[in-house]
Amino acid sequence: MDGAAPLFGMEGISKRYGGVSALEKASLTLHAGRIHALLGENGAGKSTLIKIMSGVVQPDEGSLTFDGRDIRFPSPTAANQAGIVCVFQELSLVPDLSVADNIFIADPPRRFGLIDRTAQRRMAEEWLARAGAEDVHPLAPIKDLPLSRRQMVEIAKALARKPRILILDEATSALTAADVGKILAVLKRLRDEGLALLYISHRMQEIEELADDCTVFRNGRNVATYPAGSKSDREVVELMIGREYSHVFPPKPPPVPAATPPILEARGLTWTNRLHDISLTIRPGEIVGLGGLDGQGQRELLLALFGVLRGLSGDIRVDGKSVTIGSPSEAKAARIGMALIPEDRKTEGLMLPMSVRDNLSFAALDGLSKGGFIDRAAEERAVGEMLRLLAIKTAGIDVPVGTLSGGNQQKVVIAKWLMLAPRIILLNDPTRGIDVGTKQEIYQLLRKLADQGVAILFYSTDYDELIGCCERVLVLYDGHVGRELAGDALTEHELVSSALNMTAKPGTSAPAQAFGA
Amino acid sequence: MSDWRYRFAEHRGTLLAALVFVAMFGVYVGNHSAGFSANVVQTAANKGVLLALLAIAQTFVVLTSGIDLSVGAMFILANCLASWIVVGSPAMTALGVAGVLLTGLVCGGVNGAVVIFGRLQPIVATIASGAIYFGIALALRPNPGGDVNSDLADALTGQLWGGIPASLVVLLAVVLAIWLPFRRSALGRAVYAVGSSEVAAYMSGVETRRAKFAAYTLSGLFAAMGGLMLAFFTYSGEASSANAATYTLNSIAAVVLGGVSLFGGTGSAVGAIFGALIFRTINDLLFVFDLDPLWQPLFLGMVLLISVCIGSVRLLRVRNRLDLFG
Repeated sequence: MDGAAPLFGMEGISKRYGGVSALEKASLTLHAGRIHALLGENGAGKSTLIKIMSGVVQPDEGSLTFDGRDIRFPSPTAANQAGIVCVFQELSLVPDLSVADNIFIADPPRRFGLIDRTAQRRMAEEWLARAGAEDVHPLAPIKDLPLSRRQMVEIAKALARKPRILILDEATSALTAADVGKILAVLKRLRDEGLALLYISHRMQEIEELADDCTVFRNGRNVATYPAGSKSDREVVELMIGREYSHVFPPKPPPVPAATPPILEARGLTWTNRLHDISLTIRPGEIVGLGGLDGQGQRELLLALFGVLRGLSGDIRVDGKSVTIGSPSEAKAARIGMALIPEDRKTEGLMLPMSVRDNLSFAALDGLSKGGFIDRAAEERAVGEMLRLLAIKTAGIDVPVGTLSGGNQQKVVIAKWLMLAPRIILLNDPTRGIDVGTKQEIYQLLRKLADQGVAILFYSTDYDELIGCCERVLVLYDGHVGRELAGDALTEHELVSSALNMTAKPGTSAPAQAFGA
Repeated sequence: MSDWRYRFAEHRGTLLAALVFVAMFGVYVGNHSAGFSANVVQTAANKGVLLALLAIAQTFVVLTSGIDLSVGAMFILANCLASWIVVGSPAMTALGVAGVLLTGLVCGGVNGAVVIFGRLQPIVATIASGAIYFGIALALRPNPGGDVNSDLADALTGQLWGGIPASLVVLLAVVLAIWLPFRRSALGRAVYAVGSSEVAAYMSGVETRRAKFAAYTLSGLFAAMGGLMLAFFTYSGEASSANAATYTLNSIAAVVLGGVSLFGGTGSAVGAIFGALIFRTINDLLFVFDLDPLWQPLFLGMVLLISVCIGSVRLLRVRNRLDLFG
């Protein structure tokens, strides 16, 4: 580095959510006139770090310095006023307001105390042009714009706040290749104008082109900071991986013979601009993993298979027969026998104030009712069996499920679907935020189910789990299957590098929008 | 050219409500025995202005994607209070008017504080506060009665030059003095932003709590204006629970008819005014066409249902079914 005093520094920052530590004595230093790239796999602490920088989250300990002075940001407004502006991954645009209204949402140009709409329109046009989005009309409502245009507006909005530090969190993830080129040029110009930029992206090509410095995060700590270009891709991946704990996984059986007819097959699944031509095959007894960085279409793929998405194209086959799945209730019917263990147990998996009994039997009520009335005795037997099978710890079957521990709640979600004896189980990151003991029980259970002939599609953000549990792993990147890893190729190194699409030949990594929406 | 297209799209709901009203009112006066006379217009205006003021009150809160079920009670409370204090010399009367409006602001502010700091759902908070406000109204006027300054009342409810109803001028004045500046202020935009996406607004550094508080407070102010006008029409105060309930529900109906989305973030008080006028004119139409008054609720309900359905057409375009529940 050039030895100049840093513009911004974070030192000894820690943040815990419940018992889980997101950041552990992390530090980061930013200099004016430089672009700093932040690297790390899922859950490495990048998001928490930038949330602290932009005042959304308060650190448990540690200090922030800005211009050499200690500083605290109690709210996003405070961080904005200090000159730190973040382009968030989840868009921060208000859908019903116009582009111009959004760009100047917090501080519109005023005349006599009222918003000067003429001036606002003119200024919006200027900032859109600076961000390379001349094609966006300043009076268009946000909700009418496609995602890629919204992201350009988001960047224009950030620029209009005249930041001193600009944070971009996967800000290019929904952009077309042409837009990415424009944005990179804009960012370089901002650097030359003396801004400090913090850049987070899963696209290594962009980081190579843009960054001056890089910092790698792992397990909530910054493990290395180095000038860009001084390390090979291989070294970068080595820095990103390396776990501090290891799970005990049940042994894997010999691979299912390729001749076994698959239970679930999908061909060319495509949905809006989130899924592109995804094909997969799962045979009875197989646990197939879904990998990749968070938000590459894994959730949408599971929802597509489960009948939640409208306007899905492609072919889904169950037992070799083409099927149309129009809703979750069709998916769970015996003909298909599919279950989805959702990502967020608190909103999609459980009805927290209702009892363990009600939650457990809810998906299987049809089989437990006679003439429209629930057979309480049969229900109690079935629920009791599930509690034993999964060793669910509860004070009784009539206590609210919200009183159980996180691990036991997750077991209830799984048990609820096992009651239907599904033949296909889709799991959306089922072990996030639960204790190690319960995780291991879940791995055992999945293996047992597979041994009984169930086909399992298992999305996890934890690469160890994918390696330990799965026969094969499909790594998604920008909504398509980037690579399929199996056997000896299924290593953390390969998972991380394919999640970052490092294995792609130059020129083949055109963003997904090239396929059209 | 294309600027106009966007400006038009922004006000489509309001324009549509205005057109529908003009058409219906045309049919009404065309079939009225007295035709388009100053008296017919004045009667219609006086009936419409009360609901229009309550519809504006409701609009502020609905824009934040909340709902205010206490507007009717604040309206009645203001009416009962006015029948005590809007009397006497011009100075006393002016003080009384200020007192009534201030009471509305305080009631609305209490609603806002309960919703924001008590973190209660608006529907629960305003049912409870509405009951309290109505209780106070009942304590003020256990029996209908009281008096208001009749000079002021006559001036605000009569006719001006050329037969223009004074109540309409009052309505126009408050729209020009309060709604339009609000719509053009940073505060007003914050209210729209909160209703459209509270998270995005918060993340953009908008003071979301201030915006909500302002919306509820302004709601109270307009409900109080309605109560004041009611006192001027009737020269008295009455703690009528039927009126409180009817005006609350009708204000929601008027807002919907006027193109204000109950999901928050879109619509305008001007649209809500036309919504209120449409709602009143439906009653009048039933009257001139000599329909049995017993059919009135059924007919109004159908109109409301159909207009709400039109507002939900966008849901047909949802591609992720989980978004239907968001």
